[in-house]
Amino acid sequence: MQVLYFAWVRERIGLPREEVESSAATVMDLVEELRAREPRYAAAFADVTALRVAVDQSLVDFDAPLSGAREVAFFPPMTGG
Amino acid sequence: MEIRVQQQPFAFGAEAEAFVARQAGMGAVVTFSGIVRDVAAGLEVMEIEHYPGMTENALSEIGREAQRRWQLGDVLIIHRYGPMRPEEMIMMVATSAPHRKDAFAAADFLMDYLKSRAPFWKKEKTRAGTGWVAAREEDEQALERWTSG
Repeated sequence: MQVLYFAWVRERIGLPREEVESSAATVMDLVEELRAREPRYAAAFADVTALRVAVDQSLVDFDAPLSGAREVAFFPPMTGG
Repeated sequence: MEIRVQQQPFAFGAEAEAFVARQAGMGAVVTFSGIVRDVAAGLEVMEIEHYPGMTENALSEIGREAQRRWQLGDVLIIHRYGPMRPEEMIMMVATSAPHRKDAFAAADFLMDYLKSRAPFWKKEKTRAGTGWVAAREEDEQALERWTSG
């Protein structure tokens, strides 16, 4: 699946998107896999209450299932308007 | 309904007039525009990042929800991204309705939702440094008045 990062999450991880091979069942499982990769991922995902997540461009909770997901995006709370 | 996500500036007056001109039978039009506000530390540039694709989907969904809740004629949302300077317009919404209360309420609703539910992020560059604008708790709480009761 494609994993996308925005705003300070993108800056902390150092890239805007990447292809990730994962069999994670839920968003939180994917977060655990990413955290285990490298310190920059662990830092970006240290506190998921400071993050929001969208699966296939719809906002979901971190316990949402990932089956069939093509695109998962992580970002801070939005500041539009 | 018209949704536009664009980098280039827009002409508020011309957009508002064009919107009014297509509202046959409507008694009320409400417009709102958001402007880059200077901050105490002296804002040089505000950079807005967004999530292409999801942004348009989220704004369309928010617009459709407003149309379900109130008796509206039309909805226009224009939101910019990229670098902007103080006093530049960031975005505008326009709503039309047979009666003003629906037009006001829908514009208010659109603003509350697109502040916290449309994927935009603001970064400020001031004389003191650069940083991401944090979401405000009161913006999140503002959504509760549309969901409770």
